Amino acid sequence: MGMNLTLKVWRQNGSEDKGRMVTYRVEDVSPDMSFLEMLDVLNERLILEGDDPVAFDHDCREGICGMCGMVINGVAHGEQVATTTCQLHMRHFEDNAVITIEPWRAAPFPVVKDLVVDRSAFDRIIQAGGFISVPAGSAPDAHSVPVKKVDADAAFDAATCIGCGACVAACPNGSASLFTAAKITHLSLLPQGQPERASRAKAMVEQMDAEGFGGCTNTGECTAVCPKGIPLDTIAQMNRDYLKASK
Amino acid sequence: MNEKFYTEGEPIRDTKAPEGPIEDRWEKRKFAAKLVNPANKRKLHVIVVGTGLAGGSAAATLGELGYNVTSFCYQDSPRRAHSIAAQGGINAAKNYRGDGDSIYRLFYDTVKGGDFRARESNVYRLAQVSVNIIDQAVAQGVPFAREYGGLLDTRSFGGAQVSRTFYARGQTGQQLLLGAYQALERQIAAGTVKMHTRHEMLELIVSDGRARGVIVRDMVTGEIERHTADAVVLATGGYGNVFFLSTNAKGCNTTAIWRAHRRGAMFANPCYTQIHPTCIPVSGDYQSKLTLMSESLRNDGRVWVPVKAGDSRPAAEIPEDERDYYLERIYPAFGNLVPRDIASRAAKNVCDEGRGVGPGGLGVYLDFADAIRRLGRDAVEKKYGNLFEMYERITGEDPYTQPMRIYPAVHYTMGGLWVDYDLQSTIPGLFVVGEANFSDHGANRLGASALMQGLADGYFVLPTTIGDYLANGPYGEVDEEAVAEAETAVRTKIEKLLSVNGTRTADSYHRELGRLMWDYCGMERTEESLRKALERIPELREEFWQNVKVSGQAEELNQALERAGRVADFFDLAELMCVDALHRTESCGGHFRAESQDADGEALRDDENFAYVAAWEYGEQGPILHKEALDYEYVKMSQRSYK
Repeated sequence: MGMNLTLKVWRQNGSEDKGRMVTYRVEDVSPDMSFLEMLDVLNERLILEGDDPVAFDHDCREGICGMCGMVINGVAHGEQVATTTCQLHMRHFEDNAVITIEPWRAAPFPVVKDLVVDRSAFDRIIQAGGFISVPAGSAPDAHSVPVKKVDADAAFDAATCIGCGACVAACPNGSASLFTAAKITHLSLLPQGQPERASRAKAMVEQMDAEGFGGCTNTGECTAVCPKGIPLDTIAQMNRDYLKASK
Repeated sequence: MNEKFYTEGEPIRDTKAPEGPIEDRWEKRKFAAKLVNPANKRKLHVIVVGTGLAGGSAAATLGELGYNVTSFCYQDSPRRAHSIAAQGGINAAKNYRGDGDSIYRLFYDTVKGGDFRARESNVYRLAQVSVNIIDQAVAQGVPFAREYGGLLDTRSFGGAQVSRTFYARGQTGQQLLLGAYQALERQIAAGTVKMHTRHEMLELIVSDGRARGVIVRDMVTGEIERHTADAVVLATGGYGNVFFLSTNAKGCNTTAIWRAHRRGAMFANPCYTQIHPTCIPVSGDYQSKLTLMSESLRNDGRVWVPVKAGDSRPAAEIPEDERDYYLERIYPAFGNLVPRDIASRAAKNVCDEGRGVGPGGLGVYLDFADAIRRLGRDAVEKKYGNLFEMYERITGEDPYTQPMRIYPAVHYTMGGLWVDYDLQSTIPGLFVVGEANFSDHGANRLGASALMQGLADGYFVLPTTIGDYLANGPYGEVDEEAVAEAETAVRTKIEKLLSVNGTRTADSYHRELGRLMWDYCGMERTEESLRKALERIPELREEFWQNVKVSGQAEELNQALERAGRVADFFDLAELMCVDALHRTESCGGHFRAESQDADGEALRDDENFAYVAAWEYGEQGPILHKEALDYEYVKMSQRSYK
């Protein structure tokens, strides 16, 4: 039997609009549906009723593109641990539950419409230095530089960040430290990342600040909601690299 | 009605591949390509649409070379393109294992795996360039899996008997894409690439017979914008979402390549679709997409179904001697590692026999019990942990204690816009890279070869060949009328979609179209099924245009409108796919015509009549077929056998 739910959804028609919560009933929801499929069902109905469907970002729907993200019952991506919204399934909710759905809320992520926010600040942080400068065709043989397995594995763990922005949404300070630190750590751990290590850390941290993200006070909310479980100690790595670079 | 649904035009005689020994052809082409003076490069403007592996790497590399690049993607960031979801790995003929691999062997395997429907020259180049891709990715910081000695780890992957697949746990696509994305962001910061996110290409501008720009819609404001350039590169991916349910991202669509087709770019082999054997089965009518489980799982998982039809006991209660490990039984040499098309069809066959498992009997088991016994749970978790987790999340079942259920799903489209050896379409100045073109995989793509092709095109092939075209530029003013006409076409379509105000959503039509394509033009096709589809598609399209309901306005963020526009183009493409599938009465690779099989039920090619690329030209009176003959000088044509 399907579940019946009450949704309280943030509706906001553009960045200038004040926005408000609107209540919808959805009925006969299958426990095997994903959260986004449940919203699809609502939207199909709204379209047929001539209403504006709830705008939300999504694409791969398999937890890797980082496009989806909403605050569900006060938790970024919902209460299920290490899960993106698209991989959250309705079997984790009770019948007759009331579910609140809101966008990421942070000044550097202005709302575009309803649950859609502008995360281009993340791209600008990467632009500041989140790369290794190696034009196509200039690379030496891949085996010319061995990398210790532990370093490669740790670099991978940091590199799995999907750039969804849940860390920012969860942080009481609206800090983007976990996102920025994940990239800095990934590249700092590899021999290929050494030449630009100092300049990278400095430029990325400065860009993060310039975008208006808050500072890190080690509350750890970011890593708790991170769908990929990016560890908090990446932030320590970032701070070390940044301090070293600023000397 | 024309019984054949198409007419035949002139054959294609020249693909611009150089002659001579196959190992020298790419060198020859590179040397013959005209160079552009470095000082002139920034005066040459290139538009790149799409930011996946092919588009992201192409835009970054063109920027590095000094061209003036404008890049578009429909997502909110170039990092989100669907290449990111590729799990298993990337092939390269590095022969780091010393297990007998070579460029020639990768070339040979790819031609054979493609069921002798790909060009030898292109495939050889792909195999050559594959080694540079790994070097490039490692230098960028892509954290590939490594061994304790610090060197790169590899694994063998669907259909290969050598270990040539490089991987980054189950997230190889993500790591390679982030490498390309970071290179792209570096160029954006350097000012060589101008990036437009949340922009969707809706029309191609063709002026004086050359591709000169695109009409895009700003998906936030709804504004229709004109962008002109000296050349246009489409890197807009495949069209698997014509089936509605596929492993593609929800936003993947055919609009960019279909609009280019309507403006003169030929569409090659549209019927070649790849059905991936290891996906999570459908759970209900609300299903919005299918999730793939990397086929690397087949390295250690064993595929089986009950021997008896209708056996509904839980897997654990079915004794060993009542299980049919059908891939190991039918294909003893390759076992669970047979190529994708063969594994998919075998799954369909056992399900058709009533031996399928799970809801609706549309599933087979992929069992890790033996692997866990042999290697231990920890080792299995290290290799496949993230995949097992993903499975558990979606199904609520634990694959460590009960076998996974899998079923085939549409995954990749080998067909795409026709391109020559330079990756240029039949419209001069329009280049097509990655899955959006048709060039390298023939009728079936081997596992871990999509990432290879996307990056080969973007980092190494296109940046050289497009230079030859741009060396004759800049191409001057774009005809104002051509721009206005393209823009009007876009506006007219949007207005029409918004004005129908009918009673069904675009998604509901898309679902119906997808179901129809899956039933009639899916894993198995017959003359009868295809004729049925060709009767039904135009009726459904007509109904769509009379009865679709799109809410909201044109000048705002309107996701209902975005979808409706894409569905409209899927209808037209679906029709061409069925015409292509109907005309090709042989079976080959991912195209299985039930009428053409051998005594064992294996695909039977008809080389005498079909050893050609079917390139379709758009015609108001129906499609026009142009044949490009395929010659095999190096790999002797043979019937594939994996027994």
